[in-house]
Amino acid sequence: MAATDPTALTAAAAAAAIDRGELSAGELFEAYRDAAAGDELNAYLWVADGPPEPPTAGAPLHGVPLAVKDLFCTEGVPSQAGSRILEGYRPPYTASVVARLAEAGAPLLGKTNQDEFAMGSSNENSAFGPVLNPWDRTRVPGGSSGGSAAAVAAGSAPWALGTDTGGSIRQPAALCGIVGLKPTYGTVSRYGMIAFASSLDQAGPLTRDVTDAALLLGHMVGHDQRDSTSVGFPGQVDRPTAQRLDGIRLGVPEELSGEGIAIDPGVLEQFQATLKLAEELGAGVQNCRLPHAPHALSAYYVLAPAEASSNLARYDGVRYGARSEPADGLVEMYTNTRSEHFGPEVKRRIMLGTYSLSSGYYDAYYGRAQRVRTKIAEDFHTVFEDFDFVVTPTSPTVAFELGAKTADPLSMYLNDYCTVPMSLAGIPAISIPCGLSERLPVGFQLAGPAFSENAILDAAFALEQAIGFDGSACRA
Amino acid sequence: MIDREQVLHVARLARLELTDEEVGRMSDELSAVLGHIEKIGELDLDGVVATTHVVEVSNALRPDVVAPSLAPEVALANAPAVADGGFRVPSPQA
Repeated sequence: MAATDPTALTAAAAAAAIDRGELSAGELFEAYRDAAAGDELNAYLWVADGPPEPPTAGAPLHGVPLAVKDLFCTEGVPSQAGSRILEGYRPPYTASVVARLAEAGAPLLGKTNQDEFAMGSSNENSAFGPVLNPWDRTRVPGGSSGGSAAAVAAGSAPWALGTDTGGSIRQPAALCGIVGLKPTYGTVSRYGMIAFASSLDQAGPLTRDVTDAALLLGHMVGHDQRDSTSVGFPGQVDRPTAQRLDGIRLGVPEELSGEGIAIDPGVLEQFQATLKLAEELGAGVQNCRLPHAPHALSAYYVLAPAEASSNLARYDGVRYGARSEPADGLVEMYTNTRSEHFGPEVKRRIMLGTYSLSSGYYDAYYGRAQRVRTKIAEDFHTVFEDFDFVVTPTSPTVAFELGAKTADPLSMYLNDYCTVPMSLAGIPAISIPCGLSERLPVGFQLAGPAFSENAILDAAFALEQAIGFDGSACRA
Repeated sequence: MIDREQVLHVARLARLELTDEEVGRMSDELSAVLGHIEKIGELDLDGVVATTHVVEVSNALRPDVVAPSLAPEVALANAPAVADGGFRVPSPQA
């Protein structure tokens, strides 16, 4: 064992090797610390100095370290959500999910780069510069959890935490050729996550394979009395074992697989090849309809910025982070601090949200968007009467070139076309790599009813075995 | 569509000061996004209940137990300016 590189192991394999005494947790941590410190993709904003306390004997994750998106508060460790306005912020407490994972034996390896306040689909909105895609460094890793996705894909982290508001785990996972899971809203505590859109934000795992996703998720879920919207998870998250998909009914929503949105031919080809594989494994594949899905993006870009404009009102230069001085009075201090330290995309979304909540526009925008959200959730309910899962391409394109979409916000927002409907419905969805197009990874998205994570992981595992995607190609 | 006047009004509400160039760009970009969003105006949503929360939670209560909270010096540690055990800010009257 000692002769081989321990970072080549999946997280589950590394945990098992430590458990058998073939690998020490300290040795594994050092190997990853070196890899993270030597990262050339700008995936990390902070890397741990030294090894943590040895894991408690019997801790189920055995000391396999964890990369964490910057927006999770970590006590005494910089946590700026990719923003200048939180310059110097070192939280006095740790996010519940990070604390829970540390207790389970997954110590903090580093904080990963992200779009500012998780607003973006390319990581180009980070105040600390974009993350590069390990498959092609002229391209974006996706976003907003782009640092977490790139670190896992490049092998500088065994696994990572991200957050997903409209696709921010699934889309970067797809663009980096790894697995990303957005759990059912409410299963994982949001306490200590720097908020973007509270009715949508959900933490989830980014991992090299489906087994690792199940292992990490299993130690993330649970009710937290400090998050009144958390509901926990019924039962436990099981290790996926399915080899076949006999009797599983997959619905392909026409609205999200070509109709209404231009999907790259190469992406569509890999998606359809994966459907064929699913049929060979015994699944039934049929078209279905989500009639309101074409309106999901519109509803999302009302609701998420509205919530953001409210959540980000707290950044005023009073209690933490940056302050612009001197100022002529309190209101000018607020205004200068915010104007000088928020990036362009964050300002755009605050403006959009403030506009749609402002007097005279509330009913036309926010009120209507909330009702569209109801229709979208009902569409999924109806489909799940006849189907076990809905499947789509995760993203309409493969990773695009840096700068390609920064001048046109609307074209950037369209990246989330296939992921936003599930976010609005609060249901779980996974993205797994299903092949390459133009030598870049393509993601396959599988979504199920609320709390169907075990079934999703099982189906994704069976598909993963059949696909046989080799993510190590980008680590060479 | 959102014109320069509206951009300036919304910016004031959001406590943002925009440069002349930003006002123009914001007006164009927000108009484009709102043009896309306005398609939800076409839907018949009469009688549809608004979703404020996707998961059924009612009266999330916890036991009312006295427990320590952040010590004042810890709560103040990240503040740009403090005075007399509080957050120091410029005068609202100025």
